Amino acid sequence: MSSVVTATPRPGAARKKAWSTVAYAVLIAGSAVSLIPFLWMLGTSFKDPANVFADPPQVWPNPWLWSNYAKAFEKMPFALYTLNTCRITAISMFGQLLSCSLVAFGFARMRFPGRNVLFLVLLSTMMLPAQVTMIPVFKIWATLHFYDTIVPLTAPSFFGSAFFIFLLRQYYMTVPHEMDEAARIDGASTWQVFYKVLLPQVKPALATLAIFSFMNNWNDFLGPLIYLSTPAKRTLALGLWAFQGQYSTDWNYLMAASAVVMLPLLLLFFIGQKYFIQGVVISGIKG
Amino acid sequence: MAKKHASRLQRKEAIEGYLCIAPWLMGFVCLTVGPVIFSFIMSLTKWDMINPPSFVGASNYATIFADDDRFRQSLKITAIYAGCAVPLGMVCSLALAMLLNLKVKAMSGFRSIFYIPAILPGAAVAMVWTMVLRPQPSGIFNAILGSLARVLHLQFIPVPWLTSPDWVLKSFIIMSLWGVGGGMIIYLAGLQSVPTQLYEAAEIDGAGSWGKFRNVTLPMISPTLFFNLVMGLIGSFQVFTSSFIMTQGGPANASLFYVLYLYQKAFKYLQMGYACALAWILFAVILALTLFVMSTSRRWVYYEAELRR
Repeated sequence: MSSVVTATPRPGAARKKAWSTVAYAVLIAGSAVSLIPFLWMLGTSFKDPANVFADPPQVWPNPWLWSNYAKAFEKMPFALYTLNTCRITAISMFGQLLSCSLVAFGFARMRFPGRNVLFLVLLSTMMLPAQVTMIPVFKIWATLHFYDTIVPLTAPSFFGSAFFIFLLRQYYMTVPHEMDEAARIDGASTWQVFYKVLLPQVKPALATLAIFSFMNNWNDFLGPLIYLSTPAKRTLALGLWAFQGQYSTDWNYLMAASAVVMLPLLLLFFIGQKYFIQGVVISGIKG
Repeated sequence: MAKKHASRLQRKEAIEGYLCIAPWLMGFVCLTVGPVIFSFIMSLTKWDMINPPSFVGASNYATIFADDDRFRQSLKITAIYAGCAVPLGMVCSLALAMLLNLKVKAMSGFRSIFYIPAILPGAAVAMVWTMVLRPQPSGIFNAILGSLARVLHLQFIPVPWLTSPDWVLKSFIIMSLWGVGGGMIIYLAGLQSVPTQLYEAAEIDGAGSWGKFRNVTLPMISPTLFFNLVMGLIGSFQVFTSSFIMTQGGPANASLFYVLYLYQKAFKYLQMGYACALAWILFAVILALTLFVMSTSRRWVYYEAELRR
């Protein structure tokens, strides 16, 4: 390809090449900057405590201590926190999938008085900062004796969330009406149309929803901070913060712990990359 | 007869429709409308959540506006943060998206590297950045800047990133740029949906790179810009986790973000009524900003569909 270009130089070809060199330079520099915090975290997580704050900084951990991870696991009850986080995440994800798919179906396919107004109301709730309802909602759960349980962190997902409902509705709208009309002529009820005809059609959107719901719950910090007080009930994000308070000088263990907390999201990203990007795109472009 | 049948079907559909949206409707009433009303009433009271609230009228609001230095400080630094982090983030994410859109090799690799920081748990990210931004010369940012300065024969004093009131907010703004990948993905999709004929037509008209960017790219992605601007503003007024973990609002309240202050009032000092009033002021600020941006959007956001109509 390049030999052809040099043999018969087209106007602009050289300039185009210069541009792409600049583009690569900027992208590589940006990637380096973007990766430094990651690499520094990983590097520190393998270092001997004596070398963590060495001046000049030690770039390559020497000695390389895999045992930091074992020690971090000893100091912080990772297994318990992981279990707690998984439980909250799984229940919330299930709740979101169930409620949002049904509600979005209602808004996309059923005709009932006030539908459009209610949908506008739903969209406008996205503008309401969570801080406005935070204190009353806290009071409600406390009054119902659900403080220090996972109920306040999981139950709301069964009522759907505006953003996910909006996202799924956009998807339902792309499914041709002929599909459910054909099913209805064959005598399918509304619920059969929902469950057997439309739900299989929006699987990619459900995957996107599942991934975003996982991410939100796994990463949530303020919720567990407000509602959970017993140390044994902590989530990973909350546990990490408590760990910092207790072992604020052991940065090698703290970085090992941070890496472990990040790991599931990295895995999730590489497995579900397509759905991540799809979700961002749907929300951003069609929103 | 047929008409009666039809209306019965319609009624059945309506009932089933309401059943479908019932979960959201219940949640909306119990977890949104109710709490919103409750929150407003509580903002007019003195309430510690243990003893019954006592009605104090608008005095919470009066105190907030008349003599609450920490409120003023938190609103000020949050506004400065939003005013810097949002435009900077938009420029950076758009620039990255445009570079990736040049059909570069390993595009998806670059995309992953830039996007991943945006999806990581805020608590873990805060830990990592506390480490990266250590004020000592051995902190990695200071060490890198120091060696750069040595190469360029410049004098370098280690930057007290998180420990100086002059630097802490700048540090948070720099840190926010680590998350530009989310916006980048949206812009990338927007750029890819711009029809190539438009660029070809512009080229025929003699437009250069800048002309094509100014007259084709920008108008075509203006709805995306608008969306990111609104979401970015709302998000930057709600920063909490990073400041809670990294600085607790210090030093000298220089990183006391608004929601952190609200959290402290509510759950540290148990001034729930006061915190509700703070939440309502936050809502008013966000609403005013959003409406302002929307009111300007007619002048700079181009919707293709409008022209077709």
